[in-house]
Amino acid sequence: MTTNVVEPDSPTDAVKVRATPEERRARILGFIYFGLAAFVLYFFALDESSSQDATFRLSLPRDRFQDLELTFNPRLVAIVVAVILAVLGVVQLTRGFGRWANAVLGSAMLLFIVAFLGWAAAGNAFSLVGMLTAMVVLSVPVTAGGLTGLMCERVAVINIGIEGQLLTAAFVATIVGSIAGEWIGLFGAMLSGAILGAVLAVLVIKYHVDQIIAGVVINIFALGMTSFLSTRVLGTNPEYNAPGRFEAVSIPILEDIPVIGNMLFRNNIFLYGTLVLVVLLHIGLFHTRWGLRSRAVGEHPKAADTVGIDVYRMRYLNVTAAGLIAGFGGAALTLGSTGRFEENMTAGVGYIGLAAMIFGRWRPFGVLGAALVFGFARGLQQKLGILGTPIPSEFLSMAPYILTIIVVAGLVGQARPPAADGQPYIKD
Amino acid sequence: MTDNNGGNLTRNEAYRRATGLGSSLRSALLVPTLALITALLIGGLIIAVTDVDVLRLWGDDPGEAFSQTIDSVWGAYVALFEGSVGSTQALSETLFAATPLILAGLAVAVGFQAGLFNIGAEGQIVIGGMTALYIGFTVDAPAIVLIPLCLIGAILGGGIWAGIAGLLRAKTGAHEVITTIMLNFIALFLAQWLLKSTLFQQTGRSDPISKPINESAQFPQIFGSDYRVTIGFLLALGAAAGVHWLMYRSSVGFEFRTVGSNAEAARYAGMNVVWLTVAVMATSGALAGLAGANQIMGLPPYQGSTAFSAGIGFDAIALALLGRSRPAGVVWAGLLFGALTAGGRQMQGVERIPIDLVEIIQALIIVFIAAPALIKALYHVSSADGEGTGQITSGWKA
Repeated sequence: MTTNVVEPDSPTDAVKVRATPEERRARILGFIYFGLAAFVLYFFALDESSSQDATFRLSLPRDRFQDLELTFNPRLVAIVVAVILAVLGVVQLTRGFGRWANAVLGSAMLLFIVAFLGWAAAGNAFSLVGMLTAMVVLSVPVTAGGLTGLMCERVAVINIGIEGQLLTAAFVATIVGSIAGEWIGLFGAMLSGAILGAVLAVLVIKYHVDQIIAGVVINIFALGMTSFLSTRVLGTNPEYNAPGRFEAVSIPILEDIPVIGNMLFRNNIFLYGTLVLVVLLHIGLFHTRWGLRSRAVGEHPKAADTVGIDVYRMRYLNVTAAGLIAGFGGAALTLGSTGRFEENMTAGVGYIGLAAMIFGRWRPFGVLGAALVFGFARGLQQKLGILGTPIPSEFLSMAPYILTIIVVAGLVGQARPPAADGQPYIKD
Repeated sequence: MTDNNGGNLTRNEAYRRATGLGSSLRSALLVPTLALITALLIGGLIIAVTDVDVLRLWGDDPGEAFSQTIDSVWGAYVALFEGSVGSTQALSETLFAATPLILAGLAVAVGFQAGLFNIGAEGQIVIGGMTALYIGFTVDAPAIVLIPLCLIGAILGGGIWAGIAGLLRAKTGAHEVITTIMLNFIALFLAQWLLKSTLFQQTGRSDPISKPINESAQFPQIFGSDYRVTIGFLLALGAAAGVHWLMYRSSVGFEFRTVGSNAEAARYAGMNVVWLTVAVMATSGALAGLAGANQIMGLPPYQGSTAFSAGIGFDAIALALLGRSRPAGVVWAGLLFGALTAGGRQMQGVERIPIDLVEIIQALIIVFIAAPALIKALYHVSSADGEGTGQITSGWKA
């Protein structure tokens, strides 16, 4: 936002002299900070209940270090937060934060949430560690979905079918897991994800089907098929809907770290696997030959072809392999959670994964961070019900979806997808 | 094909282009027909291999298992056939089921023609239906006033809801596929909340059920009370004619289609792409809103519950593709899917085959329509027609 370079892909800017999107965004952000400050002051600081202390539990009964708590006066905290937000707004509108804009936005959101939680928990005790653990667990399928999308889009294939892949994998994991044990169930789930990935790849690469339509078809098919089988097979044979679950595996010593131990080191293989995947994909994409080739295919397939990279082979390989990750994430929904399959149980997680991919700017660690934000919104919705806030539960349920819209609408800045994203490559 | 400006087009040529039918009617229908047959065959296979009891029987008595398999597949499809076209009652059920499908299918088709993929018909159905519902039980007026009033409300509700996605797309580049899906979920939760609020909730109920609409807001049944098909079906046909006029006879429609085929060209031709994007989405949402009104005003119990949208918004995508986004095509596809739905209900009721099978068949139809090369390879046919869907949507970029 320091320069006024006219973007080549928005010709209207060349005609009319007007604020660049970055300038406009900076102005909007400034007003948002003011709005948040006013909101915090009016609803949280001036609310009657805010005079009572809020207690946040940082330990669970089974922890080694007991009775860790954080208690503060919500009104005081809300006032402080409102002041900081107002200052941020002034600075944003006068000087701007330059390249720190996103970090500041993130901090502002965090402050807002602190004030909100203080208000919601006023006069009560709230298990913060419980909510943070829920956040991490709920972000696992979103991360898996986002990583699937990322692997596909890095080779310029848009995969809308992640939702269907997750749903199918959740179903396969349940039924195969019930018959042959949870490890075979996990394997089957990953295989089913890969098969759907391969179907998508064939449809878009070989038959040039519109990528978004091919993905939607996979979603409709997966929803129909799993609902059909759920009624026809699981309904009459409940023994097929009762797989063993992957129980939490505690990591000695690390699990005793307050808060973080519960979040990260007392979990099942799905969380550990997802974290490993994020690291592996990061190294793979940016530090290996495979990654360089993938990115070349996604940015400029023709050039990649010219230097001898088999564009089609890379696309088939990545889209199919990405299906394994979706399968892993889908299995987490059943084998890593309730252990039961329910119709349409993904409820948009695949699409939220795609939003996490955009939010995370097509980078593995970005996807993880974005997924944690969505996990937080979901976890908040689950745990706030216990506190009995006056906010209707339906509005809390909406939060992740509204957040997704805000994210893709570019409040966090326009992200740039791989240049050839969504375009079929047709050899001359 | 020397003239692409439409100046010297013969009537026939113009009609062929507009409807996708015409000189090569046989080849135009070949792929969809084969797609339908193949999808039904695969559906039969799915019925056959998912009967757990029969699968267990294969080891003991393969002959009996075989005949039972044939019986259940045959029984299912006989029920599907009888429930859709087997009697006047069944035909009425088909038209009844086709009504919201045609309206929602038109909604998606308008988007496709303008290069926008509206997956949010489901949410727009909810919002349109809720608006019609609210007007339907608050306003007390004769049918001649109240029905149009409810429909206008539905048009506005659905149109504004979709217009949000259009505005976001035009102003920020947020892809409509993601935003409309998110708006679906938001609409569902909003409806859930509203149905439990004092504004909507039926007095004396604790579950999300609304007050019933006034009797004068109910769609009259065309063929008397024995047949469920209502004037909603005529509304759907009228909407199809309206969309045809809008897209092919009006200048706005020309701009819609130009934006769809080449947004850059439209921009340089001086068209207001921002406004057009919002207008296309709003038109699309308005049609979906009408489908929502039909779900409230066209069938008992004439009140709102959490599931009145019934997945129609998703069937609409398949339908628009099958109808090649042409109004006439959407009507035919709507009748076909209406038949599948009506038959599917009978199949579920009589033969205990879950109606989700219809969903699977629809997905398979789209695959084969979108990739005609698959069908051609399968049946060794060649036909001049067969471009498939090609690239309808654009990537994430605005």
